[in-house]
Amino acid sequence: MVPGIGTKVVFERNELDRLITALRERQYRVVGPTVGEGAILYEEMTSSADLPAGWTDSSQPATYRLNRARNGRVFGYTLAAQSWKRHLYPPRQRLFRAERAGRGFRLSGGGGDEAPMAFIGVRACEMAAMQVHDRVFTQDGFTEPGYVRRRQAAFVVAVECAHAGATCFCASTGTGPAVGPGYDILLNEILDAGRHVFVATAGSEKGGEILAGLSCRAPAAAELSAAAAQPASAAAEQQRRMSADAAGVLSRSAESPHWDNVAGRCLTCGNCTMVCPTCFCTSVEDVTDLSGDIAERWRNWDSCFTIDYSYIHGGSVRQSGASRYRQWITHKLASWQQQFGTSGCVGCGRCITWCPVGIDITAEVRALEDREQGR
Amino acid sequence: MTALPAEPMLPSPFRIVKVVRELADTFTLVLQPEAGGAFAFRSGQFNMLYAFGAGEVPISISGDPADDGQLVHTIRSVGPVTQALGALKVGDVVGVRGPFGTPWPVEEAFGDDLVIIAGGVGLAPLRPAIYQALANRQKFGKLIIMYGARTPQDILFRKELEKWRSRFDVNVHVTVDRATGQWAGRVGVVTNVVARAGFDPLHTTALVCGPEVMMRYAVDMVEKRGVPTDKVHVSMERNMKCGLGLCGHCQWGPHFVCRDGPVFRFSEIAELFPVREL
Repeated sequence: MVPGIGTKVVFERNELDRLITALRERQYRVVGPTVGEGAILYEEMTSSADLPAGWTDSSQPATYRLNRARNGRVFGYTLAAQSWKRHLYPPRQRLFRAERAGRGFRLSGGGGDEAPMAFIGVRACEMAAMQVHDRVFTQDGFTEPGYVRRRQAAFVVAVECAHAGATCFCASTGTGPAVGPGYDILLNEILDAGRHVFVATAGSEKGGEILAGLSCRAPAAAELSAAAAQPASAAAEQQRRMSADAAGVLSRSAESPHWDNVAGRCLTCGNCTMVCPTCFCTSVEDVTDLSGDIAERWRNWDSCFTIDYSYIHGGSVRQSGASRYRQWITHKLASWQQQFGTSGCVGCGRCITWCPVGIDITAEVRALEDREQGR
Repeated sequence: MTALPAEPMLPSPFRIVKVVRELADTFTLVLQPEAGGAFAFRSGQFNMLYAFGAGEVPISISGDPADDGQLVHTIRSVGPVTQALGALKVGDVVGVRGPFGTPWPVEEAFGDDLVIIAGGVGLAPLRPAIYQALANRQKFGKLIIMYGARTPQDILFRKELEKWRSRFDVNVHVTVDRATGQWAGRVGVVTNVVARAGFDPLHTTALVCGPEVMMRYAVDMVEKRGVPTDKVHVSMERNMKCGLGLCGHCQWGPHFVCRDGPVFRFSEIAELFPVREL
């Protein structure tokens, strides 16, 4: 029987392999957490052996470490270094190819027919980030065709967090740790007295159909309550919080003396923008072959921390590091509200972890708030 | 808003039907769509122009909005793409995406004195508004065009300025920063002209386009004369890669200049305008 939407079932840990197989049989390219480059990476996987069972990560400002865990938890890490943005809005996309033809040129579009993707291990904050991008890439008057195509085709297996990382703060941004709607299957991983099972919730018909192909049983009351307790305990573990008035503080702080303070630490490297699951800025690059008869136009991720980003004839608008950090954080927490009706921050904490000097977005907002209140 | 194609980053080919060398570093391209048909736009809007293999740049439209049979762009060569565009000849093809952005609110100014203040190549995005104002001349009070160029050799659309100046119903004031050669006209910044021009401040709409520093002083002066800032409009320039509010580059406070601008009502951006490096 196909589990209906909202129905919860339980399957054993070794059924994960069949989950991946079932998705692959339906022509999905399965992308999930793997271990590589000393970190968790969301990469294509072919079996559950690719999952990071027995690995955990620890995040601190400017520090990320992958560690061996004593338990065999499959989703025992918090987050991959990079978000699903890499797959839904790739770092490098070809916009078009132009071929010289007489005095003019012929254009062909860059959009390829990629296989639909199935994402395994999407966290609450990452689902929230996708929903932020849904707004960014679907505006009045236009939609970003590649993103919309990939997003609509994607199958989402969300996994609720049982624990929080030290840089997490989704509880204060209202984007986690409980996973909101939008998934096809939601998993809660339960390790208890030698049992290793997953409580699975069907979030869509597609999700129910996939679950129907696995060996599932009805959940026990203890399993349901263990699953239900996970988000609350992950929230309780969070050590950081974003100010509820972040948008207000930023919108009043354009001339704050604090920007020079941040600039004294910020290297303007752009790491925060690369790991941020919602940063969407891009630049374009034109390339030609040696004959000069074939040209291509590529769209690459860009960062508001580069000097070129704001270049107009005569010089860049944002010369100082202070102005570039101000642009990033003000856009993320305040302008975003005006542009897209939501904050651009989902509380994943990646910008804190991957900042080489450990600048903490929550602490900078607090510092601006303190300056404002004369503390 | 016009419906955009499914691939909004894909340009349409336009053929160059005329090239006008305006100044040593400035030229005008007159374009027609390869696919035929018209190109409708509103004064103040811009297009993304693609030079094969070189890249794409945002360029304001400088032609007459009443004439949708051709697309006119006036371009100053300052970078690799504008130089590549400048090397093109009649019969060559460029890529066009657009039109993008907000228009000059010319109709909103009906009944007012219309004051147009331009600096340098900033006259190009204002020329469509001037054409529109001239076509509706009886609907305005005074029509005053104030234009500042660096030197007499840098006066853009000189013949047209002279023609407009010869009309009894248009006041044209041209000033240069630095007099050279036979120049016997006014010398000094355009702000000085604004200070003395005869318009009724309480019934005036001002359209301003030029370098940011020039706009700052011009708006200051217009405001000092008593024109309410909700009747002052400026056209902003920022780095742009898409024209859709997607690439992020043109952000100015909460605004995407490509979509919420380039023409802004000054009262709506008065707080942003003085912030440095925003």
